[in-house]
Amino acid sequence: MLTIAARTFRSRLILGTGGFPTLQALAASLPASGAEMATVAMRRVDAATRGSLLDVLEVAGVFVLPNTAGCYTARDAVTTARLAREALDTNWIKLEVIGDERTLLPDPAELLAAAEQLVDEGFVVLPYTSDDPVLARRLEDVGCAAVMPLGSPIGSGMGIRNPYNLGLIRERATVPVILDAGIGTASDAALAMELGCDGVLCASAIARAEDPVGMARAIAAAVEAGHRARRAGRIPRRLYATASTPDQGLADFS
Amino acid sequence: MIIVNGQPADVDAGETVMMVLVRLGVESQARGVAVAVDGEVIPRSQWSEFALDRDARVEVVTAMQGG
Repeated sequence: MLTIAARTFRSRLILGTGGFPTLQALAASLPASGAEMATVAMRRVDAATRGSLLDVLEVAGVFVLPNTAGCYTARDAVTTARLAREALDTNWIKLEVIGDERTLLPDPAELLAAAEQLVDEGFVVLPYTSDDPVLARRLEDVGCAAVMPLGSPIGSGMGIRNPYNLGLIRERATVPVILDAGIGTASDAALAMELGCDGVLCASAIARAEDPVGMARAIAAAVEAGHRARRAGRIPRRLYATASTPDQGLADFS
Repeated sequence: MIIVNGQPADVDAGETVMMVLVRLGVESQARGVAVAVDGEVIPRSQWSEFALDRDARVEVVTAMQGG
């Protein structure tokens, strides 16, 4: 069970809805992923597409997590969060404040300011953050309900570039740690969970896969496998071999 | 000039948020829609009363795929 702000989810995989070629592909991937929470972005009304996304998410029975994707300042992110609360009747927000167009890396100063403001306004804040253990701690200190460090830049599929930092974040955090961004394939999701993450948010790796439904199943299985492996406790790494078969009773052919 | 979703709009000062929504083809009961005027969220309950200034910037947003 993944518990965030007293709400529990059986699945530790959160599905980002961005990047799916069609709503049908999203609709098919939701049950395949087993995700019980899915993100949406807030964008200007377009008469042609209005409504159907929320219908798909409602049919799938998933909890809708709006985000502030595309915001570059705390001010814009706070306004977007307020709009999402009004539009979707939720006080949950996945907070994104981007600092650079090319890498889409978070702007730490704006992110922290926005997080503090939104917590003050009663939001359940899930911040997309860099893999900086100090920033993660600061975000927790201002009252964020989880921290969502990146593995590598959004949509890059570069996996987890700094597992050491992720380990440091996990060691210190008392709120759930959810890996957000960078997953390229199933093994990346398994590694995130083995490092002690409580969940994984995945969009592009599923949405842009050749077979999104197949990849949704694969990543769901990887999240589960990684979580079980973490709980089971891996063996320590050693430089040299340790025989798994005893020498005792070995036949002598000399 | 009143701006709606980044475009100059054929809307007069004094018209309400609801009138703008009707022109955009958004129903008053539409799910998942929110409105900001000059950066301030206008709650749904005020849509039919909130009158726009002549330089109002209106943003009408909804949930889209993303994240």
